[in-house]
Amino acid sequence: MPIEFDNNLPIYLQIMQYIKRQIVTGTLKAGDKIPSVRELAAELQINPNTVQRTFQELEREEVVETKRGLGRYVTSEERKIMMIKKEMAGELLDRFLTGMQELGIEEQDIVSIVTDALAEGSQGKGEQTHE
Amino acid sequence: MSNILVVNQVNKVYGRKQALNNVSLNIAPGRIVGLLGSNGSGKSTLMKLVAGLLHPASGSIQVTGKPIGLETKSLVSFMPDRPLTEKWMKVRDAIAYYRDFYADFDEEKAREMLEFMNLAEDERVSHLSKGMNERLQLTLALSRKARLYLLDEPIGGVDPVARGKILDAIVKFYDEDSSLIISTHLVNDIERIFDEVVFIREGKVFMHEEVETIRLKHGKSVDEMFKEVYAE
Repeated sequence: MPIEFDNNLPIYLQIMQYIKRQIVTGTLKAGDKIPSVRELAAELQINPNTVQRTFQELEREEVVETKRGLGRYVTSEERKIMMIKKEMAGELLDRFLTGMQELGIEEQDIVSIVTDALAEGSQGKGEQTHE
Repeated sequence: MSNILVVNQVNKVYGRKQALNNVSLNIAPGRIVGLLGSNGSGKSTLMKLVAGLLHPASGSIQVTGKPIGLETKSLVSFMPDRPLTEKWMKVRDAIAYYRDFYADFDEEKAREMLEFMNLAEDERVSHLSKGMNERLQLTLALSRKARLYLLDEPIGGVDPVARGKILDAIVKFYDEDSSLIISTHLVNDIERIFDEVVFIREGKVFMHEEVETIRLKHGKSVDEMFKEVYAE
């Protein structure tokens, strides 16, 4: 199974995230056809109505579009895909900031921690390429 | 759309034991419903009543608006927890038996399912493992063109891998216009294929809820809810 579900959270939200992630990472590209309800339900071993609901929500958010008689496709608007990427980054950032604040770390310290980590990260990569 | 199944204030008594106590239940078309309860809670009794194998002491049951009887036998496909096939049969004979017995049996679908389930037609039913036998029973039950499918403990005796295969088959082969009721006490493995669940405890409907609502409202999995309801 390509996705580990958390049974404590609504499944349709988890599949929405899963598809959005596939779009953002390029596994699904702009204008690609997405699987049918049946195919995805069988692949993920979940209820077809749940998949149906996922697709409806994704349509409402204009992440996917239905072409009559042809099936569902990832939006062909690159702008929309950038928006999803920003949205997902925003969620990550929120979680990170909440966590840091819970640890009692001051705002300016958060900035320096991130800057240091990024500097270390790029150094680390540099060393690896030397080897 | 009108309900596939309506159960109205049904009581069932075995001797002095009240197996079902004032059970009412509506199931809409196109739903996969989990009928959950510990052993002896009344799950099988309810299924047998709907299948027309038992009669209620009081109350009424209707399938697509028709009272349980001869007419509803062709609307309901029941997979009992004990196999209906005979020991002498090969898989092929079991298929033929069902085809002769049920006018709505779809032989082509049965063969397609057999292949999916890795069941060979010349295999003896008595030589099948418990898990393979469950696959055969499921094939027989789902190959009928019914409006309501009742699967009593379809994943009762099989290991997790075989369970996955059976769940696959249910999702792949069930007919979207009909409804499916699956009884089980192994909630964790199967809860993702349910639309809604009915909790039965001591013969009463304790809860009937959409599974996503349970997750949304309570932040709990159906399995956790199940363990809470049936905690002793």
